[in-house]
Amino acid sequence: MWWETILLALREIRRNLMRSSLTILGIIIGVAAVITMVTLGGGVTAKVTSDIAKLGTNLLLVRPGQGHHGPGGTRSTADAFEVSDAEAIALEIYGLAAVAPVASQVVQGIYGNENWSTTVMGSTNAYLTVRDWLLEKGRTFTDSENRGGKAACILGATVRKELFGGQDPIGAVIRLGKLSFQVVGLFAAKGQSSFGTDQDDFVLIPLRTFQRRIAGNTDVDRIYVSARDGMSTKKVQRDIEALMRERRHIVHGDDDFHVRDMQELLSTMTGTTRVLTGLLGAVAAVSLLVGGIGIMNIMLVSVTERTREIGIRLAVGALERDVLMQFLVEAVVLSSCGGLIGIVVGIIAAIVGAHFLSVPFVFNPGIVLISFVFSGAVGVVFGYFPARQAGQMDPIEALRHE
Amino acid sequence: MNKGTSPQTRSRPLITLHGITKVYGSGLAAMAALKGIDLIIERGEFVAVMGPSGSGKSTCMNILGCLDTPTAGAYVFENVNVEKLTRKQRALLRRHYLGFVFQGFNLLNRTSALENVELPLIYRGIPVAERRIYSLRALETVGLKGWEKHTPSELSGGQQQRVAIARAIVANPKVLLADEPTGNLDSVCSREIMEVLVGLNRDMGITLCMVTHDAHMAIFAKRTIHFLDGLIDADEQNHRV
Ligand SMILES: Nc1ncnc2c1ncn2[C@@H]1O[C@H](COP(=O)(O)OP(=O)(O)OP(=O)(O)O)[C@@H](O)[C@H]1O
Ligand SMILES: [Mg+2]
Repeated sequence: MWWETILLALREIRRNLMRSSLTILGIIIGVAAVITMVTLGGGVTAKVTSDIAKLGTNLLLVRPGQGHHGPGGTRSTADAFEVSDAEAIALEIYGLAAVAPVASQVVQGIYGNENWSTTVMGSTNAYLTVRDWLLEKGRTFTDSENRGGKAACILGATVRKELFGGQDPIGAVIRLGKLSFQVVGLFAAKGQSSFGTDQDDFVLIPLRTFQRRIAGNTDVDRIYVSARDGMSTKKVQRDIEALMRERRHIVHGDDDFHVRDMQELLSTMTGTTRVLTGLLGAVAAVSLLVGGIGIMNIMLVSVTERTREIGIRLAVGALERDVLMQFLVEAVVLSSCGGLIGIVVGIIAAIVGAHFLSVPFVFNPGIVLISFVFSGAVGVVFGYFPARQAGQMDPIEALRHE
Repeated sequence: MNKGTSPQTRSRPLITLHGITKVYGSGLAAMAALKGIDLIIERGEFVAVMGPSGSGKSTCMNILGCLDTPTAGAYVFENVNVEKLTRKQRALLRRHYLGFVFQGFNLLNRTSALENVELPLIYRGIPVAERRIYSLRALETVGLKGWEKHTPSELSGGQQQRVAIARAIVANPKVLLADEPTGNLDSVCSREIMEVLVGLNRDMGITLCMVTHDAHMAIFAKRTIHFLDGLIDADEQNHRV
């Protein structure tokens, strides 16, 4: 009996194929939108998570100025760090893997006829450890290069491409600003960060070289601190804060520096993308609801059109329930078909979208199941009213219709 | 509703109408279509109902067929008080005991003759294979063997009415109610339909009640009732060999 009711519904839907397809368009779009949004959102979250994990989740960033400053904030008035601050952290804080003081500036790079504006960063070999950089070629700085402030540099992949094209840069001499540097190493490419910036567009030189020859001062812009695995970054953060307060003579918690924990950043970022995904999904769900109203509309038309048929069925012994079920099943079959098509469309759209946004395609079986169940439920909810109307018709009046 | 044949049940007539009235509208617009019908129909009878237009024949048939409810009066079907039944119970009574033939055929369009005939069996929950057998048999009874696959639009009026009769008898009803079954047919077709109905009454023992305007059709019945202005005007036995 159930199977027959479904067959009957399918036949009725096929009879009005054009109208049926237009009716379920709303459901198709709604389901496809929900699945695309949620799947892409999941991909973005996965990408952000892996990017931040790439930064190193044990990473802490110490910078002068306050963490969150409004317009005209206090940052500019805060004193910069010095190398001695980084040394003090390395010496006095327990449980660290590496400490890398960094200073940077945008400088013109020149090799032969090629010309490229890039960021020059002064730091030590510890920078490779804290930021997880690998060398594709060449070597890191030697002790004498670090201590003596020699003019050696390691290129990011973008700078190499812009200045050297496909050539091997190792051993070549390039100009950074007014000075000549010998290329000793080449970083392996990391690609775009999830914030859309090119991570490979920089040149690393020894910090002392940077301070003496490019900046002309002894300032350090920021200090990266990498905690050892298993160490609580919270504790390390507190220790660094205490140490820096002492060194900078701060009494009443009015810090002119801040320590940011990347783990914290990770949870903030993923939290944000989740909320965004949820919002987009909710907007898409509204279109599902609109699709449901479309189904109700067409079912009401259908019930009116088929009044005589309903009268005949009632006259030959159909119960109110039989007629109600017939129309309800029709609505549910209709909306479920829309759901199925929408799932296929949504997954295809998500694959294409993931490709264009260059985020991973993360298949989410949960949302597929939920969308399908929901589209069926839309059929039940919006099909019920027309179906009840059909069942409650008076047989004689229904037969007299037309 | 049981099909029990206790002595008491057997002694009762199949259908008893007592003081049936039907009023359409209310207040000043109230219009009495039936003004107190008393009628007894025994098992196996073939009753023709005649009367001028608007005299309440169709109204009475709809009440007999449990499609409509009287405003007042008592309707006893076997031993069941129909006017006390719920909507659902009346539907079940229709499903199991009554068959209908309408003037306008009332077949499902774009649906084959066979599927039209199967319809009442579907609601009785009879399995597909049996349904097919009963339906083919009913179509054969009305002389439509070989026309099973045709849809109503591919059949003549007479053939459509035969499909409608097959549908009405496929579930073995106790009573077959026909409201002007030949009203839309020419005299040759009408005769053929009447022969089918007479055969059903004679060979299968189905109680028949038929509305007609045509005295030539009424003489096929054993008894004729004349309606006039919402009342029964005359009730006579036909004497025909
Ligand atoms: N649904 C209705 N609402 C109001 N009045 C109705 C309704 N149905 C029937 N009537 C009235 O009841 C009266 C009897 O109608 P009915 O259809 O029973 O007549 P009839 O004897 O079958 O006529 P005919 O031979 O033309 O079919 C008529 O005057 C008709 O106008
Ligand atoms: Mg009539």
